Amino acid sequence: MVEFSLWDILRNLLLAARWTVALSLIAFIGGGLVGMALLLARLAKVPGAQRGVAAYVQLFQGTPLLMQLFLAYFGLALFGIQVSAWVAAGVALTLYASAFLTEIWRGCVNAIPKGQWEAADSLALSFGEKMRHVVGPQALRIAVAPTVGFLVQVIKGTALASVIGFIELTKAGTMISNATFKPFIVYACVALMYFALCWPVSAYSRRLERSFRNGR
Amino acid sequence: MAAEPIVHIQGLRKRFGTNEVLKGIDFDVQPGEVVAIIGKSGSGKSTLLRCINGLEEFQEGALAVDGQALRHGDAKAMRALRQHVGMIFQSFNLFPHLTVGRNVMLAPKLVKSTSPEEGEKTARKLLERVGLAEKFDAWPDQLSGGQQQRVAIARALAMQPSVMLCDEITSALDPELVGEVLRVVESLADEGMTLLMVTHEMNFARKVSDRVVFMHAGRIHEMGPPEQLFGAPQTAELKQFIAALH
Repeated sequence: MVEFSLWDILRNLLLAARWTVALSLIAFIGGGLVGMALLLARLAKVPGAQRGVAAYVQLFQGTPLLMQLFLAYFGLALFGIQVSAWVAAGVALTLYASAFLTEIWRGCVNAIPKGQWEAADSLALSFGEKMRHVVGPQALRIAVAPTVGFLVQVIKGTALASVIGFIELTKAGTMISNATFKPFIVYACVALMYFALCWPVSAYSRRLERSFRNGR
Repeated sequence: MAAEPIVHIQGLRKRFGTNEVLKGIDFDVQPGEVVAIIGKSGSGKSTLLRCINGLEEFQEGALAVDGQALRHGDAKAMRALRQHVGMIFQSFNLFPHLTVGRNVMLAPKLVKSTSPEEGEKTARKLLERVGLAEKFDAWPDQLSGGQQQRVAIARALAMQPSVMLCDEITSALDPELVGEVLRVVESLADEGMTLLMVTHEMNFARKVSDRVVFMHAGRIHEMGPPEQLFGAPQTAELKQFIAALH
């Protein structure tokens, strides 16, 4: 039997952690962009956006990410569209994150008093200027904490991508523990790595909030 | 008074659902005129004011400011109209994330593409005019209500509006702060600014305005010079309204 040193375990987990990071980044960036676009469509009162986005949010918030991953990977194949695991995971995570982010940010925007919108309107600001200079900066401040809270959930949620064949951190942990028969050490290392990914994000958000408070 | 009216309102009707709050308003304001709009709460006075710069949509009728017709849904026309109309709110509505100076400079920079130097010069001049020259770098929440409202006046003036709408601008202020704001408004009236104000300050309305409009149940019920309206009210509703004030 082959002996695995701690370094072997760590090295393999670190390699797998790259996929966790990559999947998280896809979810952050894709979800952020799509979520923002949906939010703006809603705020700009694009015809049908109100209902359409609300239904979209309900759909993706009301179904497990696991099912969304399955459907993106196997479901599209049923329609004759062959997608790689990357595309399927990218699409599913983007849709999932965008539904949550657009709803979180809508709440933040709604928290801005009506008087601020009216003051901006009465000063002849356009929709874009109003968002960029009046509503956006104020909404951003209150959005930091809930947004980061969700992003940390997403980092941990990428573990589900293992069902469509990704060997990311959690899946790698399971495989290594099966090979080494050292589940405690392996999963402890896995947990520490997730912590090492999530903690800096939370710490950065706290710093961001502080700097908003001091620097306005 | 044969000049072209600066605010022209014709047959204006406004409904919230099935509830009609403005039931046909015909109303012209001449340049330089100071008009006080009085009436019970729910009479439609604030709604009428808010229709003038398009914060409220109306269902029937026409409205124009400085010859610029109000067209809802036409962003360009709304932007053009709003540049002619300044508004001051009951709750000040300063932008809390910007300093006093930047509150005043924001709209001219964005909408009129004023250069930063010119914008700052104008802002400082306007803040001096409302007695807050030293507050240029202060934050809104460091100011008293009266000071915030004066900044709001400076901010509205920075767009060089032809008409200024004042929506109960002293109602949220402590009594001792009302005077400083009204003095600024009075100086605007003296300088020939066209003013439309919804107000509960009857003494001020009497003193400053050229014309008083009494609104009741969504209509202009009585209208005339302040001496006439307060001294010799014609209708039972106005008599009752005035009696209730004392």
